Amino acid sequence: MASEDLQVVPIRHWGRWVVGALILGLLALLGIALADAQILYEDVPGFFTHEIMLGGLVNTVILAVCAQAGAIVLGVVLALLRRSPNPVARWFAWGYIWLFRGLPVLLQILLWFNLALVFKFISIPVPFTDAFVLHEPTNVIITAFVAALLGLGLNESAYMAEIVRAGLNSVDPGQIEAAKAIGMTPGKTFRRVVLPQAMRVIIPPTGNNFINMLKGTSMASVIGFLELIHAANRISSGNLEIMETLIAAALWYLIVVSVANVGQYYLERAYGKGVR
Amino acid sequence: MTEPLVRAHGVRKSYGSTEVLKGVDLTVDEGQVVCLLGPSGAGKSTFLRCVNHLETIDAGRIWVAGHPVGFVLKGGKLHELPEREVATQRRDIGMVFQRFNLFPHRTAMENVTEGPIQVLGRKPAEARREALELLTRVGLGDRGGAYPRELSGGQQQRVAIARALAMKPKVMLFDEPTSALDPELVGEVLDVMVALARDGMTMIVVTHEVGFAREVADHVAFMVDGAVVESGSAREVLDNPQHQRTRQFLAKVL
Ligand SMILES: Nc1ncnc2c1ncn2[C@@H]1O[C@H](COP(=O)(O)OP(=O)(O)OP(=O)(O)O)[C@@H](O)[C@H]1O
Ligand SMILES: [Mg+2]
Repeated sequence: MASEDLQVVPIRHWGRWVVGALILGLLALLGIALADAQILYEDVPGFFTHEIMLGGLVNTVILAVCAQAGAIVLGVVLALLRRSPNPVARWFAWGYIWLFRGLPVLLQILLWFNLALVFKFISIPVPFTDAFVLHEPTNVIITAFVAALLGLGLNESAYMAEIVRAGLNSVDPGQIEAAKAIGMTPGKTFRRVVLPQAMRVIIPPTGNNFINMLKGTSMASVIGFLELIHAANRISSGNLEIMETLIAAALWYLIVVSVANVGQYYLERAYGKGVR
Repeated sequence: MTEPLVRAHGVRKSYGSTEVLKGVDLTVDEGQVVCLLGPSGAGKSTFLRCVNHLETIDAGRIWVAGHPVGFVLKGGKLHELPEREVATQRRDIGMVFQRFNLFPHRTAMENVTEGPIQVLGRKPAEARREALELLTRVGLGDRGGAYPRELSGGQQQRVAIARALAMKPKVMLFDEPTSALDPELVGEVLDVMVALARDGMTMIVVTHEVGFAREVADHVAFMVDGAVVESGSAREVLDNPQHQRTRQFLAKVL
């Protein structure tokens, strides 16, 4: 049979047209509503580039990056402790994760910020002497930034520990044997063979968490840290244009998150070498 | 009479309550090729892994190039070495795995230079030049830039051999290097190993390739249930087996 001569009639997807039209219609209605809303759109660009807003932006990014970086380092250490042959180390890591993952971040930030209520001084003594490496009033050390860093970073480190552990578990044990067989030390084996391969599993959820971290910095506004939300509030307290300043802050969040997405794409590509 | 390069004596190893090696003895002189044959589960892989201390032995002794593997002799006692120093001992012992275990995130060239650069501290340019020579020797001089997944099984195994050779080991261990390969790829790997044996490399080869054993082995040891039951020249063991288990095994694989 010369079936290739027969005409092919593709199936018609009427449903798709209906759904598409519905969505476009709803979006149009939303656009009309927003255009009609009592929002002074012309003021938004001014707030967007307002000095206080830019300061808030810088603080948000610094806080998120520092907290995430610290969490990654702590997470690797905790993951190694959880895989350690030492039962005390395993038990400690488990307890740490249980505690810092179990409490709300906002509560943790508040606890750190109010540490001065229970400890007047933070001191690190030099052993067997009367001298101190560090001896400062708690409220000098625990600034709003430090409290937010601890609250966000320690909570995140508990999540990172689980992410890193899953990543390490995903590496074929044969890889470790191959590294040992060419005489690599345990440290080299970890850095050169295990971690680069674990990264493929570690990066996607970490990117996700970092985006959460960027937004989570907004909780630091509660203790007076000047991040984007606090900056928006400070600007609007003078002119009462609450919606307009919040929209300016929202735009910045979307921009920063988009940049983080792009960064994640390149990281994934770098560590995907040889695999994809 | 020189000291053998590898000397195993009364090697025992248990996993939990099951004893996998029940006193294995084996000596390998410099330049010798020894083939280990035996049925599945006999403990061949386990023994090989003990030789470079990927497994810790429970009793007995393994000496490689004059050193007790995993230990140091001090004041008439054997002290267990920390992993860092075992790593130094392993530089002398190359190993090729059944499933290749190439580093997937590095190219063939990078796989071969990894040890010389990272472990021996060689200059990258120098290491790459030597790696290219090794890759050429295993017939892959033009594939240095390929990642493992872009190579066939036989090519991957040849890169793995080059990676082990790059450390200039005194002895090479092969654990069934061709059993994960499609039949038509077995030959290319065996050819490389034959050439290596001809060049005088000391080798311990776990294999089911009786033809290879017959061709290059100076010595064949037959292992059953965690012990060497028969050993001798290739001709003695393969053509005139004394032990009943050896006969049964050879009847099956030939
Ligand atoms: N990590 C381990 N834990 C527990 N038992 C093990 C372990 N490794 C090996 N064994 C057991 O030890 C015995 C010997 O295994 P080994 O892999 O050395 O045999 P083999 O001679 O290499 O066999 P094959 O030809 O199938 O590779 C087997 O019964 C196996 O189940
Ligand atoms: Mg085996």
